[in-house]
Amino acid sequence: MGLLDKEFSDGNIVIAKVDDLFNWARLSSVWQLGFGLACCAIEMMATSMSHYDFDRFGVIPRNTPRQADAIIISGTVTLKMALRIKRLYEQMPDPKYIISMGSCANCGGPYWEHGYHVLKGIDRVIPVDVYVPGCPPRPEALLEGLLKLQEKIRNESLRKKSA
Amino acid sequence: MKSAEEIFDILKKKFGDAVLSLDKDTPVEQIISIDPLKINLISKYLRENPELQFDSLMCLSGVDDANGIKVKDAEGNEIIEGGTLSVYYNLHSVSLKHKITLKVSTPRNDPQIESLEKIWKSANWHEREAFDLIGIKFLNHPDLRRILMPYDWDEFTEEISRHPLRKDYKNPEFYQGMKVPY
Amino acid sequence: MALKTEHMVLNMGPQHPSTHGVLRLELEIEGELVNKVTPHLGYLHRCFEKHAEAMQYNQVVPYTDRLDYLASIGNNFGYALAVEKLMGIQVPERVEYIRVIMAELQRIASHLVAIGSNGADIGALTPFLYLFRDREHILSIIEETCGARMLYNYIWIGGLSHDIHPDFVRKTKEFVNYFKPTIVELDNLLSFNKIFIERTANIGILPVDTAINFGASGPTLRGSGIKFDLRRDDPYSIYDRFDFEIPVGKGLMGTVGDCWDRYNVRIREMEQSLRIIEQAVDNIPEGDVQSAIPKRIKPPKGTVYKRVENPRGELGYFIISDGTVNPFRVKVRAPSFVNLEVLGELCKGNLVADIIAILGSIDIVLGEVDR
Repeated sequence: MGLLDKEFSDGNIVIAKVDDLFNWARLSSVWQLGFGLACCAIEMMATSMSHYDFDRFGVIPRNTPRQADAIIISGTVTLKMALRIKRLYEQMPDPKYIISMGSCANCGGPYWEHGYHVLKGIDRVIPVDVYVPGCPPRPEALLEGLLKLQEKIRNESLRKKSA
Repeated sequence: MKSAEEIFDILKKKFGDAVLSLDKDTPVEQIISIDPLKINLISKYLRENPELQFDSLMCLSGVDDANGIKVKDAEGNEIIEGGTLSVYYNLHSVSLKHKITLKVSTPRNDPQIESLEKIWKSANWHEREAFDLIGIKFLNHPDLRRILMPYDWDEFTEEISRHPLRKDYKNPEFYQGMKVPY
Repeated sequence: MALKTEHMVLNMGPQHPSTHGVLRLELEIEGELVNKVTPHLGYLHRCFEKHAEAMQYNQVVPYTDRLDYLASIGNNFGYALAVEKLMGIQVPERVEYIRVIMAELQRIASHLVAIGSNGADIGALTPFLYLFRDREHILSIIEETCGARMLYNYIWIGGLSHDIHPDFVRKTKEFVNYFKPTIVELDNLLSFNKIFIERTANIGILPVDTAINFGASGPTLRGSGIKFDLRRDDPYSIYDRFDFEIPVGKGLMGTVGDCWDRYNVRIREMEQSLRIIEQAVDNIPEGDVQSAIPKRIKPPKGTVYKRVENPRGELGYFIISDGTVNPFRVKVRAPSFVNLEVLGELCKGNLVADIIAILGSIDIVLGEVDR
């Protein structure tokens, strides 16, 4: 049990706020949709592989949207693909998060001016939680993006809004 | 190994008027111009003649020559009328190691070229691409659909936004509810 | 008695872990047997050719990076050679040597991903982890010189963006020495693995004449047993000075031209790339890498078709110049685009599970297929 070993007395009970418990569980197992689009997908793969090891943050690629918590939009979104991404997003169960990786997904990147078939920013189709700049972003940048997303999840609340 | 001049002479002797000219002055590539409706016969000959044996089509490029007259249409967009669209064929012989570039030109308002799909299979997708992006119709092509742009592009766009690599192409405002310009 | 089966159309992709990006395949299947495969492309059509027409010649280089994003140096190389041929530029010796070394390092990096994903697609995930570890070595060598991990914008028209790092030669030699035993390790881990052979040998056989007629090139063509490599058959840059062999498929595990042959050609090619690097890295002459870069890039009127041997095959640039600073038309003959066309032919009569093995062995990059 590592750090927690022999730290508890007989009660075997932990008391925590519901928000804290749920947020902790959610942020430490952000399962991403195993889905690459373009150049950034290679950097995303490099992030999951030996050197950078995405797994240590609980990010595991799942191949179906039904089991995924987050999509990393890794690359240029074309008009043809945007409709399919929207469909994938709709198939995911709540809560769901989007990381927009790279300039192309953020705003069209180098293709913003003459790209007749490029969607200028994935946020025109689905809502985005974290934008990671770069063309392509280094794996460290993607990790930073993930940490930002975790911070965002940490501050969420399940409480009913009273106004 | 044959030079462009030798190949031009062979073709001229065999096909006469269908082989139009040899462009020698421009740098790097020498180009043989061909009649667009005879290109399939000439290509078949180029592939099957034991002296030539052009067994592979390296590249097929559709080009908008933009050599017509620029006019304004009813909505104020600048369009090109008249002139030609061209297709360049880069052929190569794996066994004899020689190369040649062919060119066919076809009028812009009714662009029609014979397909080479029966002769070199690799022409299939290249021709679909030229049809998609430039708007050249290839006669006797088995499956002439759009390849890169969405299949339903025509339904959402105006006439001027059909073929993106034409020089007078204008972006449509929306495609399926998504804004296209920045 | 024949089993009763049902005709069915199955959609594979564009979001599928084994399609190497955003390719969509429409499979017509009869039980487990595939009758017809129709690829649908264009999910990554990024309008390269339109951009090239709108940019100046030197501004196109970063866009060429993004065609085959696993082998950016190769793309830069081909484009630079085409424009140099059009303008008649002679580049310094030092530039030629550095270009060749970089291109060969990139070829190894690209093949590592190709081999790894081929294995991962059919269930061998472990080699993927090993190969990405080795790829990071190459990326860090190149990054030290030009400052980017993947999309380098390194080879410019007439020269290079940066001179090599002072440590470059030492690190490259270290890498060569490190990587030689790794290939043996990879052979033991994957190439001669019983399960891998069962999944790839005698699957997706590509006959020679079909390969040529479809215009296939690179490892896809050489897997069928033809010794055709543009580095030797249509030499460009200074490849004619180096001594290397061209590996071809011999049908060691099954039939000539099967998936295993195409896979094996890539591994043997990495060995030959190491040989070229070894010969080149000691002989880099002194000089200025930017001395031949023209102040103003304005080629004369004319056309050029230049092709280079990219890791995936013959990459050709067809450029028409109208005498201005912008290209009139740039057409890319992308190797993956042409090789992918063979897929329909290869998949006929195979099982559904074999399609990903075949697709992995053709090794496509969608950035290049759709451009």
